[in-house]
Amino acid sequence: MTQIAAESSNTDPHIHEKPLSWRRYFSFSTDHKVIGIQYIVTAFFFFVVAGIFAMIMRGELITPETDLVDRTVYNALFTMHGTIMIFGWMFPVLVGFSNYLVPLMIGARDMAFPRLNAAAFWMVPVFGFLFILSFLVPGGPAQAGWWSYPPVSIQNPSEQWLNGELLWLLAIVLSGISSIMGAVNFVTTIVMMRCPGMSWFKMPAFVWTVLAAQIIQLFGLPALTAASIMLLCDLSFGTTFFDSAAGGDPVLFQHLFWFYSHPAVYVMILPVFGVFSEVFPVYSRKPLFGYRVVVVSSFIIVALSAVVWVHHMFASGTPGWMRILFMFSTMLISVPTGIKVFAWVATIWGGKLRLNTAMLFALGGLINFVFSGITGIMLSSVPVDIHVNNTYFVVGHFHYVIYGAIVFGLYAAIYHWFPKMTGRMYYESLGQLHFWLTFLGTTLNFVPMHPLGLMGMPRRVASYDPEFAFWNVVASIGAFLLGMSTIPFLLNIIASWINGKEAPDNPWRAIGLEWLVSSPPDVENFEEIPIVVSEPYGYGKQEPLTENMGG
Amino acid sequence: MKLKTIAILTAIALGLTAISIWVGQLSYSWLPPQASVESKLVDNLFSFLVAAGTFIFLGVTGTIVYSILFHRAGRYDLSDGPPIEGNVTLEVVWTAIPFLLVLWIAVYSYQTYTEMSIRGPMEMAHMLHISEGIPPAYAEPIDESVEPTTNIEVEAKQWAWVFRYPEQNITSTELHLPVDLRTHLVLRSQEVIHGFYIPAFRVKQDIIPQQNIDFEFTPIRTGKYRLRDSQYSGTYFAAMQADVVVESIEDYQKWLAEAAKNSPSPAPNQAASEYAQRKEQSAKASWTTVVPASSPMVNYHP
Repeated sequence: MTQIAAESSNTDPHIHEKPLSWRRYFSFSTDHKVIGIQYIVTAFFFFVVAGIFAMIMRGELITPETDLVDRTVYNALFTMHGTIMIFGWMFPVLVGFSNYLVPLMIGARDMAFPRLNAAAFWMVPVFGFLFILSFLVPGGPAQAGWWSYPPVSIQNPSEQWLNGELLWLLAIVLSGISSIMGAVNFVTTIVMMRCPGMSWFKMPAFVWTVLAAQIIQLFGLPALTAASIMLLCDLSFGTTFFDSAAGGDPVLFQHLFWFYSHPAVYVMILPVFGVFSEVFPVYSRKPLFGYRVVVVSSFIIVALSAVVWVHHMFASGTPGWMRILFMFSTMLISVPTGIKVFAWVATIWGGKLRLNTAMLFALGGLINFVFSGITGIMLSSVPVDIHVNNTYFVVGHFHYVIYGAIVFGLYAAIYHWFPKMTGRMYYESLGQLHFWLTFLGTTLNFVPMHPLGLMGMPRRVASYDPEFAFWNVVASIGAFLLGMSTIPFLLNIIASWINGKEAPDNPWRAIGLEWLVSSPPDVENFEEIPIVVSEPYGYGKQEPLTENMGG
Repeated sequence: MKLKTIAILTAIALGLTAISIWVGQLSYSWLPPQASVESKLVDNLFSFLVAAGTFIFLGVTGTIVYSILFHRAGRYDLSDGPPIEGNVTLEVVWTAIPFLLVLWIAVYSYQTYTEMSIRGPMEMAHMLHISEGIPPAYAEPIDESVEPTTNIEVEAKQWAWVFRYPEQNITSTELHLPVDLRTHLVLRSQEVIHGFYIPAFRVKQDIIPQQNIDFEFTPIRTGKYRLRDSQYSGTYFAAMQADVVVESIEDYQKWLAEAAKNSPSPAPNQAASEYAQRKEQSAKASWTTVVPASSPMVNYHP
């Protein structure tokens, strides 16, 4: 501890420590707020990179033949698109928000282990660039999809020891270690560092969902990390864990992979459920409907998420009893998820809605999520899945979850907390333009994938039969629109960060500890540790949230 | 007032139900032709899921859109909404109804699954004794207990499909099947996992290397369909397709006899020819690939 404490004790508490210079964002800072923003900005860079890969792929798919790039290049692009989106954008950006918000929301001065926190962050650029550098090795980057199923993934046609798959696996292992370090930190922080009065059921829903998500990281990630190391040994050191020719079992890898990688989707979406639970009450001016049930349902999702992974393998030579068992466990997840959806709808109902950008993104994300949930139930049904498994129907479903719901939720979070993080207001009209372009792009891009899958177009193809051409053209147009939609966003964020109107402490009249401190908060967050006396969503009740802070 | 609310809600529910049933019927047109017994079963289940899904989607988004239209705060209205924190009855209802609906879907899916009686690789050992105990629910038009009449070996390799008819000792790169007879396939792969997928039949099975995987279905509609590799298998994965011809038993026999007369010759293969072309003109940037298997020698190719 604590260089930072020493610094701030010398300062007059009434003068807000102005966030120093931009240089600290390039330093080994241990301030959770700096680390949070480091995560978010780094992740956004990888989002743009992997988005450009997607647009090249959609350029290839605008015609049935392979005419834009070679097949090997196409295969590398879809592999790196999926990988970088998930490990370079999705996890880091969510950890970024969790980092920034959790200590503020629970009334703590920092995370439990600030140095571990910084170390976990600085691994992100390292493994991120490892992914990108793999384009430069002789055999090109990994080309086996982000699942990296053996035996395809370990065929290594270049016969070089330093190959793209090796770098890919190293990066995945690093990412796993970084995320496990983060998970230990979050769970400890939330359990141990809540301010006085903040009992479990006074915790904001976002903190609940972060706790739930990070518990999944703790039990799930070791499986993926171990599987990656085993695959690396098969690739480079001649072991045969997954080589069926030598008595190994390639299907075992699929089990280990999905044991983590299905729950991983809940790691991504749970914090976004948290964002929805924070955003809807603020802009509807009503308490979160059924707060206790909503937060507890996150943990039912965590428990169920551990026993659904085989639904990715209904066509993998899975015995019938397993297919039926995992079909049922998968369908059950819709119950706690449905509870949340209905609770959000009831929160909005009869409220006083204000449709600014954050609320628009949250509403759009909710609608998209309902759609993806319905296609998810279809996929969980074994007979239907056997038809659409590994087709574009799955790609459409998955992108509706990951883009339609999660990225929309993330944009809602960025707009909602932007004034808090930067001390500046964003430009509302640009935000609205961004929302409408994104919503239109998402719909055009991902809806056509559903009919394509039902017609029988497999995923991961660089060429396809002419009967699929129409919907592919629509999807490609949607993808280009989606790419363009980030331009008003970047303009907005950069311009308002530099030159926007100064933000008050609580521009949305929101309830929450983070809105009781200055924008941006001081290095130590709170001059005096708050004592919480109320539940977190007291809209319409006029009762103070804390005993000792104003607002 | 109360009565009026009930009447309005009932009217909305009836309207939604009508739309949902209509969309459910429409969903048949989103799928390829129904060319197998299995496809009818799958499509009925899918249509039901689409109808139920439409009802839920329109119900939820309709409520959201209504709120957006009619529950907006006035420009200068800074007051809060009513502090409603929950409603136990509502919460019980929206937990119980999805739970029951999910049970219904699971049971319906399970029934469909047993009627399809798709056999996975590991099931075969068990099937021997289980299948006698539980007769398949689906009895017509094909009697399950009859031994499958068509035995065909399917060999998948990077990147070609080869079909072998062991009784006649014929090989082909086009899969010919007799209509209305249960087909029994033995799926094999040489090096990596491939997926056997005929969209018009709604059946799919991964082929794990070094295993013989038994697979059955029943074509019921003559015509030409597409077989696609459904499990990513490397560079020329997308090109790994074959035609499936379903024909009357007479035509099928005739085709077998014709094919038996031909001596094996190399079949055209897209992966092999693309690879040969690529070696000649290296204009496009590309990376080293696994070399495609050479064109298969078969008695029949299109």
